[in-house]
Amino acid sequence: MKEILADIDNWQQAGKQVALATVVQVYGSAPRPLGAKLAVSEDGAMVGSVSGGCVESATVQEALEVLSTGRPRLVSYGIADETAWEVGLACGGTIEVFIEPLNW
Amino acid sequence: MAELFDAAAEAIRQDELCAVVTVLSGDEIGRKLLVRRERKADGSASTLSVTGSLGDTTLERAAIARAEEAMEARRTTRTSLLAEGQEWDLLIDVHVPQERLVIVGAVHMAIPLVAFARELGLYTVVVDARPIFATQDRFDHADELIRSWPEDALREMNLNESTYVVTLTHDEKLDTPALVYALDHPVGYIGALGSKRTHAKRVEVLREAGVSEEQIARIHAPIGLDLGGRSPGEIALAIMAEIVQVRNLSGAES
Repeated sequence: MKEILADIDNWQQAGKQVALATVVQVYGSAPRPLGAKLAVSEDGAMVGSVSGGCVESATVQEALEVLSTGRPRLVSYGIADETAWEVGLACGGTIEVFIEPLNW
Repeated sequence: MAELFDAAAEAIRQDELCAVVTVLSGDEIGRKLLVRRERKADGSASTLSVTGSLGDTTLERAAIARAEEAMEARRTTRTSLLAEGQEWDLLIDVHVPQERLVIVGAVHMAIPLVAFARELGLYTVVVDARPIFATQDRFDHADELIRSWPEDALREMNLNESTYVVTLTHDEKLDTPALVYALDHPVGYIGALGSKRTHAKRVEVLREAGVSEEQIARIHAPIGLDLGGRSPGEIALAIMAEIVQVRNLSGAES
């Protein structure tokens, strides 16, 4: 969390909306632990991470939708072994990510 | 609007142990609590401070209890709770502060102590005013080497419960002011090297300096678990073992 605060602060100072994505469940081995965070600004910039790679771009899309609806959502990225490499979860784990507008 | 986040961000910037509880499902999705533990300056007691709301007091009470457990275990936890005949899905997101060992005295024994502490994931700071001891050569493996009077160096630090202070100089001029200053803060561990006799003399000096008996009792002296060792490495191991013991059993100890 600490490492993403400065960017969040900059975005908010610039009057931008920010969404926060947090890993809330990890099944099997996954690259980032419970509580790992990715922040997304309304113009799609991101800081931090919730996985080793490609889940980030899907999370950014979800985050932008969360910002437009204003409603948090829980998203599950279930990764089968063969597709694991493509989406960046090489270990074949599953993660659940909670995405919310940073308005609290 | 962003009050809770600002408070959480501030606590995290200060590297304070705290937890953010978030409701992950149902009508109250996204509701939050921030739970912090406020210690008295002398480290004697702590109270919980809670901000935010989950929308239901029964749920809040249960969630705060879970948050306290998670903070104690220093672990982010996903949990579900039954309250008001409903199941609540919660994330208890714990910020765990970086543990830090401040070694007063760049003595020989401090060399293996830095190595042990680093192996256990602690950030290590070595402080000594004496240039022949505090050389980069000897402490290249430390995260920080500070050449100044220990008390002055401590004043620049945020001495919280994740900070452990040991005094090893054998020199009262360096050790005692550092001890007096550290005792005035809620540090997680304070240990002072020296025999029982040396410590008895030190206690006299501390009393004269106005330090209370309660505060003096916080000092671990003779320092370290009794492993029966005499070499610098063995004593360093005994010190590190004691710090781990105090940290892991701190709830029981205090």
